[in-house]
Amino acid sequence: MRKQIEGSRAVAEAVALARPEVICAYPISPQTHIVEGLGELVKSGKIAPCEFVNVESEFAAMSVAIGASAAGARAYTATASQGLLFMAEAVYNASGLGLPIVMTLANRAIGAPINIWNDHSDSMSQRDCGWIQLFAAHNQEALDLHIQAFKLAEELSMPVMVCMDGFILTHAVEGIDMPTQDEVDAFLPPYEPRQVLDPAEPVSIGAMVGPEAFMEVRYLAHAKQTVALERIPEIAAEFCDRFGRNTGGLVRSYHCDDAETIVVALGSVIGTLRETVEELRRDGMKIGVLGISSFRPFPLAAVREVLQGAKRVVVLEKSFSVGLGGVVSTDVRLALEGAPVRGYTVVAGLGGRAITRASLASTLRDAVDEKLEPLTFMDLDWRIVNRQLEREAASRRSGPIAENLLRDVGSVASKVS
Amino acid sequence: MDKPFAITLDPGSSLANKTGSWRTMRPVYVDRLPPCNAQCPAGEDIQGWLYHAESGDYETAWRQLVRDNPFPAIMGRVCYHTCESVCNRGKLDEPVGINSVERFLGDEAITRGWRFEPPAADSGKRVLVVGAGPSGMSAAYHLRRLGHRVTVYEAGPLMGGMMRFGIPQYRLPRDVLDAEMQRIVDLGAEVRLNSKVKRIEEMMAEFDAAFLAVGAHIGKRAFIPAKDGSRILDAVSVLRSMEGEEKPMLGRRVVVYGGGNTAIDVARTARRLGATEAIIVYRRTREKMPAHDFEVEEALQEGVMVKWLSTIKQQGADGDAGALTIEKMELDEKGFPQPTGEFETLEADSLVLALGQDVDLSLLDGVPGLELKDGVVQVDPATMMAGRAGLFAGGDMVPAERNVTVAVGHGKKAARHIDAWLRGTRYAPPPKHELASFERLNTWYYSDAPKTMRPQLDLARRTGSFDEVQGGLTEDNALFEARRCLSCGNCFECDNCYGVCPDNAVIKLGPGQRFQFNYDYCKGCGICVAECPCGAIEMVAEEV
Amino acid sequence: MNASIKFYQTGTFTVGNRLLSPEQRSVQASLERSNAINSGHRACQGCGEALGARYAVDAAMRAVNGQLIAANATGCLEVFSTPYPETSWQLPWIHSLFGNAAAVGTGIAAALKVKGRQDVRVIAQGGDGGTTDIGFGCLSGMFERNDDVLYLCYDNEAYMNTGVQRSSATPHAARTNTTMPVGPEPGAPFGQGKKLPLIAMAHEIPYVATATVADLHDLENKVERAMSMHGARYLHVLVPCPLGWGADSADTIKLARLARETGIFPVLEAERGEVTAVSKIRRRIPVEEYLRLQKRFAHLFGKPGHPEMVAAIQAEADRNICRFKLLDKTEAV
Ligand SMILES: Cc1cc2nc3c(=O)[nH]c(=O)nc-3n(C[C@H](O)[C@H](O)[C@H](O)COP(=O)(O)OP(=O)(O)OC[C@H]3O[C@@H](n4cnc5c(N)ncnc54)[C@H](O)[C@@H]3O)c2cc1C
Ligand SMILES: Cc1ncc(C[n+]2csc(CCOP(=O)(O)OP(=O)(O)O)c2C)c(N)n1
Ligand code: SF4
Ligand SMILES: [Mg+2]
Repeated sequence: MRKQIEGSRAVAEAVALARPEVICAYPISPQTHIVEGLGELVKSGKIAPCEFVNVESEFAAMSVAIGASAAGARAYTATASQGLLFMAEAVYNASGLGLPIVMTLANRAIGAPINIWNDHSDSMSQRDCGWIQLFAAHNQEALDLHIQAFKLAEELSMPVMVCMDGFILTHAVEGIDMPTQDEVDAFLPPYEPRQVLDPAEPVSIGAMVGPEAFMEVRYLAHAKQTVALERIPEIAAEFCDRFGRNTGGLVRSYHCDDAETIVVALGSVIGTLRETVEELRRDGMKIGVLGISSFRPFPLAAVREVLQGAKRVVVLEKSFSVGLGGVVSTDVRLALEGAPVRGYTVVAGLGGRAITRASLASTLRDAVDEKLEPLTFMDLDWRIVNRQLEREAASRRSGPIAENLLRDVGSVASKVS
Repeated sequence: MDKPFAITLDPGSSLANKTGSWRTMRPVYVDRLPPCNAQCPAGEDIQGWLYHAESGDYETAWRQLVRDNPFPAIMGRVCYHTCESVCNRGKLDEPVGINSVERFLGDEAITRGWRFEPPAADSGKRVLVVGAGPSGMSAAYHLRRLGHRVTVYEAGPLMGGMMRFGIPQYRLPRDVLDAEMQRIVDLGAEVRLNSKVKRIEEMMAEFDAAFLAVGAHIGKRAFIPAKDGSRILDAVSVLRSMEGEEKPMLGRRVVVYGGGNTAIDVARTARRLGATEAIIVYRRTREKMPAHDFEVEEALQEGVMVKWLSTIKQQGADGDAGALTIEKMELDEKGFPQPTGEFETLEADSLVLALGQDVDLSLLDGVPGLELKDGVVQVDPATMMAGRAGLFAGGDMVPAERNVTVAVGHGKKAARHIDAWLRGTRYAPPPKHELASFERLNTWYYSDAPKTMRPQLDLARRTGSFDEVQGGLTEDNALFEARRCLSCGNCFECDNCYGVCPDNAVIKLGPGQRFQFNYDYCKGCGICVAECPCGAIEMVAEEV
Repeated sequence: MNASIKFYQTGTFTVGNRLLSPEQRSVQASLERSNAINSGHRACQGCGEALGARYAVDAAMRAVNGQLIAANATGCLEVFSTPYPETSWQLPWIHSLFGNAAAVGTGIAAALKVKGRQDVRVIAQGGDGGTTDIGFGCLSGMFERNDDVLYLCYDNEAYMNTGVQRSSATPHAARTNTTMPVGPEPGAPFGQGKKLPLIAMAHEIPYVATATVADLHDLENKVERAMSMHGARYLHVLVPCPLGWGADSADTIKLARLARETGIFPVLEAERGEVTAVSKIRRRIPVEEYLRLQKRFAHLFGKPGHPEMVAAIQAEADRNICRFKLLDKTEAV
């Protein structure tokens, strides 16, 4: 059924169609609408049987999900940003224990300075946590990915994080195809836990493992993600067969076959990029876009396959490893190991900074013109930065940077948090 | 279940980890000797029979008891129960009323008609027992149980010895005495009454061995200058005549001279016979009196009076046949009474001497190898055998404390050694366990429960009749009392060790089977030892 | 046999009593007890926590016919019971993190509810650190939502697993490796710390109780009572730790007993925030007798010692005695 619907609501309804049994979440912008939606659906009896637990923190949210999942329930939670960090310990734990929890991450920047707007710092901070991380490029995909995520998670017994850009997707109202319950039921079988807390077969889950076996445990987690590399496209294909929509999978490329320049990106910015690329192509530029849907496991081969024929690759990132540069770029470069491809990192959109087609187009033109720095901060206000740097150079201790910058920008304090 | 490697494990698999290897000390179960058992002159396993009484299994308790002593109902009345004075519970609140439970069991056995188990197979050996007092009958009983043929010769007309002809009825009703004596006869001991043995040596040919227990029946006399017509009697004779048709004529004012239990018994008897005044004259103070304090107390309650620190110098002073001259005494620094030269006079219709008894040793004439000393027969204290082979002796006639319990104990001990002697072996008593002293116990676990008092006959009826003064316990009370036992030094299966082990290293073997350590897992922490209420576990160094 | 007669020989203090009918005996006395923690675990000799956990979990197992799932916080209990490749647990058990046992319990309970498995019950358990400190948020949340979980805190009064550091349950003046007996106020500072049972009561949850490993019957009764109820329940069990307290391994139960008999550790029961019962002191004892057995208090008694601190601890015990009426009326405080 086609609906005009907010992204968050669409996700909530998709999650509902997956028949979750325990939902526990703690509010944080921009995830709030998802859990509010689910809360209402549970309370009204539209999702049943289901327990909605109003936890006291994200740490508890993930912990409740862990308990529920280990006890054999399909468990779901959602968070963003600070919330993800607050639950970080449990995030690692869920994957370590091999519990197929599905979590929506409404991507948001991480403070300080506190900032509620979108970027991918939160996802990237948990890059190595052992979860599968899928990125939605648009709301339809966000919706579809949730349904696929449960299937993937439960098949492999490992948790899946569905990442969708905060506000840009979560709060955008769009036309969306909402599958029916029967369709989803046909696609997603009931949860059959691989291991479960059951008095009939009393196992101990969560042993302490020492040096004698820890490496093996880790390797096995990696091997499982390798299997996921195969299952993700298969599940996407099966999903496509049933629902007629080609969403999910490992990567998605646009105009890459003949492209000399390929832009790599994750999430909703792919839409903007596609438009920009269409525009640049009209100018005769051989440029394409590679969207990465599965960030973990990282599809090295698929990425290499697409990128190795290009002359240059520009990784457009909404994340930033302070002191180094790109986060996704590092992985992309690994995929291109040995290939004669020039790589650029463009950091953009941090903390919700708008990524405009104009800026993108000019940046990409620079790239094609070989004028782009290897690490570029798109639309950075150099006036401010330089002034501060000068100040700092002048006196070692110059007060909180954020305040100084805001003073320069002319706003006193951020009103949202 | 498809368990992820290393993270998810099968239940209880830690059994593979034998933590016993950590141990430097190991706990071991022990049996320690309860102080009551250690103290009992008859060698009763008191803690052992209380254990059964606690569960209300009185018959088993009684059977356990009579393994050592065939007279629970008698003991429960006349035994001086020194066991209670050493009872560890006494350090907590009050000692367990061992004696009253024993009496309960004895009475229960009489009421219910419990009989002894049949004796062991006939050994073909014949044993002579001389004297049907407690010692002789105890020996007869044990010898019968061991399968020997026993013939008891008794000079008197009835069985019981001093228990019948000394201990008054109000302390030991005769039906009780009869019942417990008869039970031994029923076991097959042949008792010949009115059959005094004159020359033991002459009879030895007929028997393979003999046990002598003739008691001490000759009243000791003191020289008291007296006028003709003075009535001076001896206590043993007075009490003996209580058993005959003719009750003794003591008059209204009776003075008893002496400070032992016999003196008390005579004075109390005199009160019951109608004496308005029964006065005991004793040389020393109450603290020094050999009579048991509870008996003194009962006597005083019944109106018996005592002149402490007094001796009788003369009877019939100033021509008054009933006048006794009493001299006041005082104790010197060593506690001995010394005359003061102060005199007074006491009117008495009769004077009863209760100054102790001597043994009539005439039947021993001509026995080779015997040693007599201080008027008693010397025996090897380990075996009770006298200087002549095959001749054993016990009870009042050998050097020991003179009471029923000791006499019974001698009978048992002698029987065991006679048995061994008859079989050409030597009886080796099992090694004694270490004492279960109070410090070994963890008394926290025993709840507070003061001793139950036995009912006593009211005073009015006491002086007017020979009814039994001391009542028995009801079943509830007996059970209560039995359960006050701390089971010192002997596992009573409280499950503490089984429960308190942090390593589940104690194996419970089931009712009556006690426990075992599982040394595969026992880490040697010692909690079981610390928390064993009765001190039946000990830590020993692990051999490396 | 007359069942109304009391069992004076041992009263109700020993683990078992052969004179009681099997139903009346303690769980620990039974051959059928579940031994929820099996032999072979790696707890120190005389570990009170290993003991307390078996007491409590076995009792819970009996109360619910073995239909029990446990969530466990990080700490000694977890580490000594489940080092790969062996676990001591004989019931479904999960260890997630140090600070989230209560929430994991909530999750399990939620799952069971959804699955219609109301017959299966949930406990969550942890040490004092995992309960009063790092896990307090999750615990309070579990309480406040009245989730159907019995939380068992095994209080050994410090972070033992990490080598004896102070927790908010560490008693005043006690030496730990982060409250060393040095300086003018040696040991854990006075004026700090929290009493979690009282905080639990403030949540007005159905049931809160304290117990020690020294009174098995009381502990088992409380577990049974707790398991007869639904909603959030809390049982705080004092479990002496020979290693952390510097005590003889054989003294574990004795110390727990003394903690109660001195008034240092009040043993009580509360429902919906109101105290409903207290265990009276049976033989009152000065705190010194308790403190002296533990090296963590050794600095109070050396030369010159700290009699003023001993007095302050005595005052704390006395306050407990007054506040919770731990003595029978006949005895004055
Ligand atoms: C008044 C009194 C009260 C007592 N009260 C107590 C008391 O309360 N508790 C207690 O424990 N003790 C008491 N005693 C002591 C106790 O009675 C004796 O220690 C005990 O009876 C000694 O036992 P026995 O078998 O050695 O001798 P006896 O009991 O004296 O028995 C010896 C038997 O041998 C018989 N006999 C003697 N010579 C011959 C022979 N030649 N041939 C055949 N038979 C012979 C006698 O007739 C007698 O029956 C009391 C003693 C007296 C005198
Ligand atoms: C988040 C986190 N912080 C710290 C630790 C380290 N740690 C593990 S157990 C423990 C102490 C446990 O103390 P407590 O809960 O009292 O249990 P005990 O070991 O004393 O039984 C600590 C600090 C951890 N595992 N996780
Ligand atoms: S350190 Fe303490 S709590 Fe931990 S295992 Fe040892 S005794 Fe038990
Ligand atoms: Mg602790």
